[in-house]
Amino acid sequence: MIRVVLPVHLRDLAHVNREVQVDVVGEPTQQSVIDALEASYPMLKGTIRDPITQRRRAFVRFFACEEDLSHDPPDAPLPEAVVTGAEPFFVVGAMAGG
Amino acid sequence: MAGVRVLVGTRKGAFVLSSDAKRENWDVAGPHFAGWEMYHLKGSPVEPERIYASQSNGWFGQLIQRSDDGGATWQPVGNQFQYEGVPGTHQWYDGTPHPWEFARVWHLEPSLTDPDTVYAGVEDAALFRSTDGGHSWQELAGLRGHGSGSSWQPGAGGMCLHTIVLDPRDPGRIVIAISAAGVFRSDDGGETWRPANRGLRSGESIPDEDAEVGHCVHHVARHAGRPDVLYMQKHWDVMRSDDGAESWVEVSGDLPTDFGFAIDVHAHEPDTVYVVPIKSDSEHFPLDGQLRVYRSRVGGNEWEPLTKGLPQANCYVNVLRDAMAVDSLDDCGVYFGTTGGQVYASADSGDSWAPIVRDLPAVLSVEVQTLP
Repeated sequence: MIRVVLPVHLRDLAHVNREVQVDVVGEPTQQSVIDALEASYPMLKGTIRDPITQRRRAFVRFFACEEDLSHDPPDAPLPEAVVTGAEPFFVVGAMAGG
Repeated sequence: MAGVRVLVGTRKGAFVLSSDAKRENWDVAGPHFAGWEMYHLKGSPVEPERIYASQSNGWFGQLIQRSDDGGATWQPVGNQFQYEGVPGTHQWYDGTPHPWEFARVWHLEPSLTDPDTVYAGVEDAALFRSTDGGHSWQELAGLRGHGSGSSWQPGAGGMCLHTIVLDPRDPGRIVIAISAAGVFRSDDGGETWRPANRGLRSGESIPDEDAEVGHCVHHVARHAGRPDVLYMQKHWDVMRSDDGAESWVEVSGDLPTDFGFAIDVHAHEPDTVYVVPIKSDSEHFPLDGQLRVYRSRVGGNEWEPLTKGLPQANCYVNVLRDAMAVDSLDDCGVYFGTTGGQVYASADSGDSWAPIVRDLPAVLSVEVQTLP
């Protein structure tokens, strides 16, 4: 079970609280976690990754264990603390604007 | 009892304003989708409880929302807008080729006959259609592929397909407008297209006086009972076509400035047209700080200012292209929203105005449903 923390706009869209839990098939990676998230909450399709290219949206970031994982390969294994559920995987709206 | 429902899209959410036919007391519901840019909401003419809405922001992209209960509740439907085939390039601002990239849906136009069919005008400019209530979208690629697409260039607001005009007599005829490419017309339901800009003059930005494309058309409106007559607010110039966009003539006449964005036609008087003159392309606010709607009762050229109830000093808002609409009650109501967050209503064809709301986020679009 992977814990995922969503930004406010996506919580509202999915009608969930700050943190959700998803079951991941196989090794937990950014890709498999977002796949599982979209399977549980189809309204999130296209909001974290481009619906056509499946690439992370430019102003979305992935954090975990006080690290920015955004530029890691989508199929790179997630930190052990995320895999065990000790730490959540954060989907974050990048700071932008003025 | 008859009434109206005004659908307002803003920079930070959507609002639904409801009133009975007197249009004096209003119920304000919202914000729906708080914090999101709501470029456009529009109801199905054949099933008014069905409303489509374009929801987007720079972080999380595009969603299409659908309500089947008049805007009380919403469900996200499909948000995959994939250009057909290899998208190719259009011109960038500096004249270099730029790949076609989907940015957002500017305008949703529900079919006049089928509640499950809806058209979407998008940036970068293309026309999509859904026939399953918004769940899936297919590009009508003949528009971009008709030949001139690679020469289209964005206007200041992006290269957007912002206007879709359907013909109540002929479902095959569709007129669309793109900034800054111009008007295009299809007579076969969107399969094939041709430019429809004859008579437009855009000397401020196009050296060729007779350019087939490249015109910055801001909005096009028509009266349902006389669909061959179209009115256009161009970047500069108010134009009229009497032949279904085959040709255009200027009807700016005695307007104090013919720059603007919004234009609409009275519900029962095909020759009564409304515009909101804006000072210039570099100063997007009314002349002299006076917010004035101008009305022509004779199809253009002769215009009268409508000021009663509108601020006549220190008003520096804009009225965007999709932010004006009319209802079809016996005494036609006219509505518009401003970038200052006001939505004004007139229940007497524009003679007098009153704000429904004063302090919304910047208004991007206003549509009206007339309810039985």
